[in-house]
Amino acid sequence: MVNLFNYIDRQSPVHKLTGAAKFALLILWMLAAMTTFCTPYLCALTVLAVLLFRLSKIRFRDVAVMIWLTLVFLALNNILIYLFSPEHGVEIYGSRTLLFAGIGRYTVTAQQLLYHLNVVLKYTATIPIVLLFVATTNPSEFAASLNRLGVSYKISYSVALALRYIPDTVREFHDISQSQQARGIEMSRKENMVKRLTNAAAIILPLILSGMDRIDVVTNAMELRGFGKNKTRTWYMGRKFSTGDILCILLGILLVAVSLSYTLWNGGRYWNPFG
Amino acid sequence: MSKSKFSVKTIVAIGIGAALFFVMARYLSIPSPIPNTTFGIQYSVAAFMTVLYGPVAGMLIAFIGHMLNDMAAGWGVWWSWVIASGVFGVLMGLGVRGMKLDEGEFGVKDAIRFNVVQIVAHCICWGLVAPVLDILIYNEPVEKIFLQGLVGGLGNILATAIVGTILCFAYAKAKPKKGSLTKEDSTEE
Repeated sequence: MVNLFNYIDRQSPVHKLTGAAKFALLILWMLAAMTTFCTPYLCALTVLAVLLFRLSKIRFRDVAVMIWLTLVFLALNNILIYLFSPEHGVEIYGSRTLLFAGIGRYTVTAQQLLYHLNVVLKYTATIPIVLLFVATTNPSEFAASLNRLGVSYKISYSVALALRYIPDTVREFHDISQSQQARGIEMSRKENMVKRLTNAAAIILPLILSGMDRIDVVTNAMELRGFGKNKTRTWYMGRKFSTGDILCILLGILLVAVSLSYTLWNGGRYWNPFG
Repeated sequence: MSKSKFSVKTIVAIGIGAALFFVMARYLSIPSPIPNTTFGIQYSVAAFMTVLYGPVAGMLIAFIGHMLNDMAAGWGVWWSWVIASGVFGVLMGLGVRGMKLDEGEFGVKDAIRFNVVQIVAHCICWGLVAPVLDILIYNEPVEKIFLQGLVGGLGNILATAIVGTILCFAYAKAKPKKGSLTKEDSTEE
């Protein structure tokens, strides 16, 4: 099977945590990082994320491809921000410390650099955690953990079904794509936009129709087994919370609390050393 | 099929729909000239499935599909856009209420309605929901966010208009119409 989600099975304290606790931490961590622009706090989150990464025994090269992709994404985003608004930081921090005059409107100010640092830190504080979650959580356990966190079991089951059928759909997609290309349907850059989209329909259509058949088959199988008759259900991959799991969730709550109380205490989301 | 919002069929449709959404997003994305934005063929599938299974299914298909794709891609989960995807499913579902695609009916009138609804839904999602959330979370320059939203939105509209409409017509054709069979007169030889 194609390992789409890059789950790496190893023995480590992070792997031992339940998916539910890790998912809760992921959501709370992202919430904490998203709601603040406090540069020192974002730095601390980044360091903490890297430490957790070390603890999980996931090596850099296991996730190197994903990290490079992210770096490219990050670089492009920063370039685009600068091109559009070279003095965005000046507006935010309300002061202007010119470092280089630059060319025309493209100046370099300390405030702009700090803003870019914040954008970079927002990525570096959250992405290791997402990678860590994906690498240390068995996809099958993910659905069970959603249910544990209060998501209705029917929706959790939809997620489980999606995870179950993604590999099948990928295989089918490649089969259809190759047979359609063998019939002369061009999907590459050589065709123009509209033609490419129309040609895409020739691949999607059989895929969707077979997906519709599959919906019928799976629905019948599940109805025959009485799915959805009870209010709750148990999960094969579900596990009980341990002390570590509770600590993990408490850490998440603490991170959000720090982020929010800083904003309240500071009277704004920005850490402003220029003021 | 039971009429309750969460029939087993809807649950399965959400799961398989999200899987299809994921595969389209991952393997069939056509990059646009603006960095970090692609033409989303996956939205044509979401729109089509929404016509069949309603707004709740549409929301969850787009939301789950987008979330899983972000997780697998490694650039972090971009919640603002994931939420916007979910909103697209809801708006689409509300707009096409009462269409009888599952009974094999999809005429020119339905096609026009489908496209008007999808254009409005895409405009609200990528022109309003996603940028506003992006500004709240990342406080990026307004012009940059709206350009990304505009290009992404236009690409999605184009993809949904072409692929989504073809899908609906083809599906309606493949499905036998309700009442297309008449009982034969038994007295005849």
